[in-house]
Amino acid sequence: MKKVQLLDHAVLILGALFMLVPVTLAFMTSTHDAMSVYKDGLQMTWGGHFTDTYKTVLTEASGFTKSVTGLTMLYNSMILGFGFAIGKIVISMLAAYAIVYFRFRFGVFFFWVIFTTLLLPLEVRILPSYEIVQGLGMMNSYSGLIIPLIASATGTFYFRQFFKSVPDELVEAARIDGAGPVKFFIDILVPLSKTMIAAIFIIMFVYGWNQYLWPTLITTDETFFTLVRGMKQILAVWVGAQIPETNQAMALAVLAMLPPVVIVVIFQSWFVKGLVESEK
Amino acid sequence: MASITLNTVRKIYAGNVEAVKGISIDIEDGEFIVLVGPSGCGKSTLLRMVAGLEDISSGEILIGDRLVNKVEPADRDIAMVFQNYALYPHMSVYNNLAYGLKNRGIAKSEIDQRVRKAAEILEIGEYLDRKPRQLSGGQRQRVAMGRAIVREPSAFLFDEPLSNLDAKLRVQMRMEIKKLQRDLKTTSIYVTHDQLEAMTLADRLVVLNKGQVEQIGSPMEVYEKPASTFVASFIGSPAMNLIPMKKTALGWEPEQGDGVNFDIRSDASEFIVGLRPEDLEILGDGAPLGAGLAAKVVVTGVEPVGAESYIHGTLGEGGQEVILRAAGKQHYDIGQVLSIAAKQEKIHLFNRQTGKREEEISALQPA
Ligand SMILES: Nc1ncnc2c1ncn2[C@@H]1O[C@H](COP(=O)(O)OP(=O)(O)OP(=O)(O)O)[C@@H](O)[C@H]1O
Ligand SMILES: [Mg+2]
Repeated sequence: MKKVQLLDHAVLILGALFMLVPVTLAFMTSTHDAMSVYKDGLQMTWGGHFTDTYKTVLTEASGFTKSVTGLTMLYNSMILGFGFAIGKIVISMLAAYAIVYFRFRFGVFFFWVIFTTLLLPLEVRILPSYEIVQGLGMMNSYSGLIIPLIASATGTFYFRQFFKSVPDELVEAARIDGAGPVKFFIDILVPLSKTMIAAIFIIMFVYGWNQYLWPTLITTDETFFTLVRGMKQILAVWVGAQIPETNQAMALAVLAMLPPVVIVVIFQSWFVKGLVESEK
Repeated sequence: MASITLNTVRKIYAGNVEAVKGISIDIEDGEFIVLVGPSGCGKSTLLRMVAGLEDISSGEILIGDRLVNKVEPADRDIAMVFQNYALYPHMSVYNNLAYGLKNRGIAKSEIDQRVRKAAEILEIGEYLDRKPRQLSGGQRQRVAMGRAIVREPSAFLFDEPLSNLDAKLRVQMRMEIKKLQRDLKTTSIYVTHDQLEAMTLADRLVVLNKGQVEQIGSPMEVYEKPASTFVASFIGSPAMNLIPMKKTALGWEPEQGDGVNFDIRSDASEFIVGLRPEDLEILGDGAPLGAGLAAKVVVTGVEPVGAESYIHGTLGEGGQEVILRAAGKQHYDIGQVLSIAAKQEKIHLFNRQTGKREEEISALQPA
């Protein structure tokens, strides 16, 4: 018993270190100045340049055109993350609602069509998607970044499973209580789906936040750059005649990590609470 | 308040399952009708057609004078109580009651007044702020009832509303539902497969079997004059003894077993004789036989249930099984032979082929 517990803890501690050391390394390095990082490599100690680095990264315009600051990138990433998460939840809930509650022709067929798109991730259909977005003149816009990726087979599937587990009598009681399809959806189904929404929100927000390939294709205007793209840009651009600003790239990486962490922490407690209370 | 008229109502589900086979019932204003029958006989289907939750394959349903075949459930002016209560889990008790009223655009003050009145009647006033999951089964049941009565509908529809409660609570709620319905005088249709619930609640019983009406009548009518062997065996506990008998050269004999003394003059050559356990008297030795039926029963088992005992036995060695009811705590041995008798007017006769009730036995003279 004792031994097993020791082993358990050793594994957990090892796992925690495995996750935390690189993060600490990135954070500590970002508190040094570019010179010492260049000379001595990555740092594991406090460098004292915390405010300098982060102020520069957040407020000083960078890039080829000197038109994008860290704050702008943060803002863009937020829009992408929230746009993805909210858009995907709305669309997939409506799709699942239609599939589960309305007996329209070929309903099952459409469900499977949606489901098979799981086999076609963005990378597979990226060229046609790009063609369409360009044809519609949606390059360099938030809608171009978000809308083409907003349909979600995963989300639709999860919501469908959830809706199917809602007792039929609840729908019937609502019908007798005079709730039409829209009222039933808003008054009853959406509140019941809270935990499901929280779970999917976490997944989709992080997915949107971490997008790299798609924004790279769709946005050439630097004012639309996200943090994830900006990071690479810093190292690529700022080399020049000077030394690479590794500390600033690290600061950007740390900043890019924070919002998803916050989202996960907030929604996870919701999510767990919902699971424990089980309102059905 | 309104009458409800069913006119040859049929329901055919996909796959050609005929769940309800042309049922006609006239339900009077304020009447408490209980639909009773074994599982799968179509009770719920029929009730759901009245509610509008299920399409009607053919026939007509009228609530009051209005044909409602194509009317949405919300516009039928009915309220329904479900077996699993179907409360909205995320809403407080108050909002559960108020939701249907809000959707009808009733003024807030009026809603508040109605909810509080219903809560008072059902004694759930102190739970109004709780969520359904914070209530016991019995309290949830009351909330479900409350949701029906705040609507002040012209009819209540109940689908086995008590079957998720424990036995004691069920008896209590049964009495409350009856009293509530008597006070509100709202036409009610109540579905159950529990014959005791059916007997105690109903103004009139509708006994269903395989999608058809076997009998409609007051509980006592149905109990005393079951229209068929199906009704006879379904209503009453323990069930009526049904003994197939045939006319032989020696007189009437049971199909299985012997020792039965039964004499009537009839053209028929076979009957099913129905005898309720409580109508079978256990005679002391040498007691005289009156007009009616007498038999010798070999005791095979005794079930004491407190105030009375059920005695299982057979008509002669290894014959047809019968159940008797004996009051008090008398002792019976296995293998003991009892003399039993039933009065003429307590004997039911059913057609052997159709299972339907035959002419009154009092019209038949003893041979
Ligand atoms: N949606 C459906 N599709 C096909 N057949 C159905 C459907 N619903 C019910 N049935 C069939 O119709 C018949 C009557 O069902 P119903 O639910 O009315 O029975 P019930 O009398 O309420 O039984 P219980 O006491 O078990 O609730 C059953 O044979 C059932 O299998
Ligand atoms: Mg049923």
